[in-house]
Order: sequence, then C-alpha cells, then structure tokens
Amino acid sequence: MATVFKRPHALIDVPLHYCPGCTHGIVHRLIAEVIDELGIEGKTVGISPVGCTYNNYDYFNCDMVQAAHGRAPAVGTGVKRVNPDNIVFTYQGDGDLAAIGTAEIVHAATRGENITTIFVNNAIYGMTSGQMAPTTLMNQVTTTSPYGRKPEIHGFPIKVCEMLSTLDGAVFVERVSTHDIKNIMSAKKAIKKAFQVQMANKGFAIVEVLSACPTNWGLNPLEALKWIQDNMVPFYPLGNFKGKDLEV
Amino acid sequence: MAIRERMSGNEAMAVAMKQINPDVVAAFPITPSTEVPQYFSNFVADGVVDTEFVAVESEHSAMSACVGAQAAGGRAMTATSANGLALMWEILYIAACSRLPIVMACVNRTLSGPLNIHNDHSDSMGARDSGWVQLYSENNQEAYDNMLMANRIGEHPDVMLPVMVCQDGFITSHAIENIELVEDDKVKAFVGEYNPKDYLLNKANPISVGPLDLQAHCFEHKRQQAEAMKNAKKVILEVSEEFAKMTGRKYGLFEEYKTEDAEVAVVILNSTAGTAKYVIDQYRAEGKKIGLIKPRVFRPFPVDELTAALSKFKAVAVMDKADSFNDAGGPLFTEVTSAMFAKGVFGPKVINYIYGLGGRDVRSTDIEVVFNELLKIAETGTVESVYNYLGVRE
Repeated sequence: MATVFKRPHALIDVPLHYCPGCTHGIVHRLIAEVIDELGIEGKTVGISPVGCTYNNYDYFNCDMVQAAHGRAPAVGTGVKRVNPDNIVFTYQGDGDLAAIGTAEIVHAATRGENITTIFVNNAIYGMTSGQMAPTTLMNQVTTTSPYGRKPEIHGFPIKVCEMLSTLDGAVFVERVSTHDIKNIMSAKKAIKKAFQVQMANKGFAIVEVLSACPTNWGLNPLEALKWIQDNMVPFYPLGNFKGKDLEV
Repeated sequence: MAIRERMSGNEAMAVAMKQINPDVVAAFPITPSTEVPQYFSNFVADGVVDTEFVAVESEHSAMSACVGAQAAGGRAMTATSANGLALMWEILYIAACSRLPIVMACVNRTLSGPLNIHNDHSDSMGARDSGWVQLYSENNQEAYDNMLMANRIGEHPDVMLPVMVCQDGFITSHAIENIELVEDDKVKAFVGEYNPKDYLLNKANPISVGPLDLQAHCFEHKRQQAEAMKNAKKVILEVSEEFAKMTGRKYGLFEEYKTEDAEVAVVILNSTAGTAKYVIDQYRAEGKKIGLIKPRVFRPFPVDELTAALSKFKAVAVMDKADSFNDAGGPLFTEVTSAMFAKGVFGPKVINYIYGLGGRDVRSTDIEVVFNELLKIAETGTVESVYNYLGVRE
C-alpha cells in the first residue's frame, strides 16, 4: 500500500506541549517537511527562542542552541560563520523577535547573514499569558491593554516584513498565514524557499507566519483561525515583499 | 483600620505601587514578576493611578526609561526577574551612580543558564554590587511593607539611591496568603511627595545627568555613593520605626528568631526563613537551642549589627540560594564571614550551604540536616566541611 501521509523524519515523535488550537505545531511540521524534502537534516542547526516554543529542541530532529531572549539571530550568526555549510534557522515569536530582539533581527538582516528566520506572529505575548506585544493590533484586548490597544497609550503595531524589506541584506521576505489549508500550503512554499535561499548562499531570508493563540485571545480554536483571517490579515497583508523571483 | 486581605506576593507589590502612585512605570514581562506590571497596567487602564505606564520592548529599555523619568524629577518604578534584571545590568549601575532613587520589585528567579523560571537568588545576588539598596522579604506581607518603605529610604537626601525589593519567585510571588494592607490615605501621607533637589529643566538650576566623569572627579563621586549607602542603614532604621508606629509591624536590618539562648543558628534570606522557623519550633520542643537570623537588608550590609548578633553562637550555617562558583562559598557566606573576620568575631564555627538552586524544593527535613550538623559542630568543635551543598544529587 502506498504511504500517503507520515510524520516528517525531522519532527520527533513526541506530544507537543502547545495549547489546543495553537498553530506552532503546524509551523513545526512545515519546517520539518521542508528539512526532509531538501535532505538537510544532518546539517541543519536550529536556534530556539524564549517564549512558548522555547523547548522546540525537543521537537526538531536536529541539533539546536537555546538563545537568550531575542538573541537567536546573533547566536545563529555565530553558528553559521563557524560552519557556513550548515543550514541555520532561527524560530522566534513576536516577543522574541519584534520586542526584546529587535536589534538582533535588524542587524542580522542588515549584515545579510546567510540564515533563515521563521517568525511566528500571534500578536500577543503567549508565554507570559497574554500581555500586549509590539505586534498587537489596534483595539486588541490583552492583559496589559484591558480596554484595547490605544495609540495614545500603547503606540502602534510593528510590521516586521515591511520594515525588514527595506534592508539591502534581507533578500527574501514573505508573510504567510496558518488560518486555512490553502494558506498553510503557501506557508510551506515560502518556508521552503527561505531555506533554499540560504542553501544558494543568497543572504538573509525571513518568513513571517501569522499564527493563532486561542488561549490568550480568549477564543476557541476555530474562532481563532477566523480571527487571523478577519483581523490580522487585513492589517498584516500576506504575500512576498522581496525575493519572489530570486533563483535558488 | 488596616485592611485584611488575601493576595499573592506579586499582587501585594502591585497594590503597594498603586498606593504609591508613581509618575512612571516602565516594564517588560518576565516570569515570575510579570503579574506585577500586569496588575499595575490594569490600575492604569481603570484610571485609579495617575501613572504613565510604558510597555517597553525590553528590560534594558525599562530601566533606561526609569532613569529618564527619575532624572526628570518623577518617581519611577519597575518590576523584573532573572534575565530581565541581567539585561538591566548596565543601567542599574548608571541609576545608582546618577543617584536616582528608582524602586524595583525584584521577584527572584534563577538567572540563565541553564534556562529555568524557578526561584533562587542568583539574579539579585549578581546585582549586589550595582549600588542599589537591597531589601529581602519572607512573605507577601514583607514584600508589601518593604515596597511601601522603599521610596522613603531611597529618596532620603542622605541616600538618594535606587532600591530593590526582593521576594521569592513563585514561592511567595504566586502563593496567596493573608495580608494586612495599609489604608490609601495613610500610605499617601507616609510615602509623601517626591521633591528632588535636582531635576531636569529646572530653569533656576540647569543640570546634566550622567555626564563623562574621568580621573579628576569620578573617584570622589564613587566615594560619595559609598557614603550614601552607608547612610542608608540609619535611614532604613528610621523609616522602619516610623512604619512600625503606623502599622505595628516592626522591621530592623535583620530578624532574629529564637536566638536569645540559641547555641547554633542559620542565616537565611527570604521565604526559606519560614521553613527554618518551623524546624526551630519543632527542635525547641525537644529542648534543642537553635535559632535563625534572617537578613532583611543585604545592601547596605549590616556589618556591625550582624556580627554582634552572630558572635553569641557556637556554630552558624549561612545558607545561600546562589552560588559564587569561586571554590570558597556563596555570596552571603563570604560577606558574613569576611565581616566577622574584620570585626574580630572568631568564636562561632561558620559553615556554608548552597541550597535550592533552580527552584529545588527545600523541605523542613533539609533544614533539619543543617541544624543536626550545627549541633554536632557545637558539641565537638570540629568542622568537617565548610562549603556544602544541600539537597543536590551527586
């Protein structure tokens, strides 16, 4: 009988600790499938962030380094510079990448580091239980913006892809989403290309993945997916910002 | 009438901050202190405080914003733990030397690495030489009371130093216990207005804060900073006495528990002191003369008072919830023993236990091990090992 579906080898067969309806599991799987398809498992090194997915070294079947909060792109830079044949990816949330680690991601991109960043944006600090993030939408209720995010108090959300695509060192920048099958398939294509860009030594690649946090949004898993579609996608437009036609 | 309540240590600190009503709170969430600014941001949203709350992008920026706010003449507060405190490190020293009496709630957590969210004292102990006054708290009540006193201590003209109030992450920060709160108007009167002598944009006295300070004056400024820390001891006692008149709760530089006729004693910071008190009561029922010294004030270090108190024991165990990795002893141990040596207190045999690192549970039976060893030392006069680890597999 033909095998039509199996767990990617790059994803270890253990239960994930994420909340019901969290889309980290989907993003993990997409990365693992890409690692399998590109045949790079033996030379891939991942950099784990601080946040809900701090322990993704328990899930990816490759060597990983735990970075301090926000420092994954700097740690990844070090790994890659020592061994340029390795494929290095960072996996970061919005607290890690767009708040405490803003300097690291901007400067890794500016230097054109030949690494791949998967940026999971769920518009909230998940790990610490739902505080306002830099990517929190206007009027979004969080535990530190109980009446919704207001510009006069909380400022405005950061659009990471738009910001990083202005940097010459960032050669591939794309925003994708996990709210339905079609978008998940597009997300996989983008993630694959972001790894291929690195394999072709083209420079810094980042894929921003709009992701659900039902627990901290106070929604059930289905409502959370719809919330991405109805609220996040209009503010964080999907698509390629840079490197669409890059040959890899 | 004081208010009887029940709440966690984090909420207690946040309520203290609400009653103080500072001008600026700048913070970034980090377990286990996250709740402090989170509760506070709700007070801001509900309009019950006048504070500018800044949800900054990192602790480095949180402390920098506090420096700016305090330099501008405001009262600034923040809360953090572990790596958050470490990320503030650069600015901690600048806040202290700029003589900016910022107040911080430090909810003690293990400093990475390894990555760990549970309690020990490696974070605040690492910051012990940053120039901040450090107060330690056994429970939610002490955390609350220390927060209420912190501004008065730091802002005293003879001190003008930032103050860090520490309590144990999760153990007391998340445990809900009974507490007695002070009424808002009494807190307001006790804490008072902050009217610094120097602040930015005072047309009558323009100043620069934190300018380049080389060989000509830097040393003198550091010397003044040291003097301020020395002065803090007297101010802490005065403020504590005034606080006792208001609340009936008495605080000194350290607490002595059943030490009057004690032959041996342990020295412990924060929540484990509560466990030790339980063991002391059990052993006392069996006629064993044991006691506890619980330092409340670690900076300034109460050299004279602490060494005088320790001099009466035959054997002392200094308990460190942080290691110095120096092959000599934990930070509290090395400070206590060097103070004893400097003061010529050679009577007690002193040993060190490193305990509870990374949130390792400290049970009453662990404390019994320490007291048993001390009683043996008191009897034989022989110390087998000075630098010891408690409750670790090896």
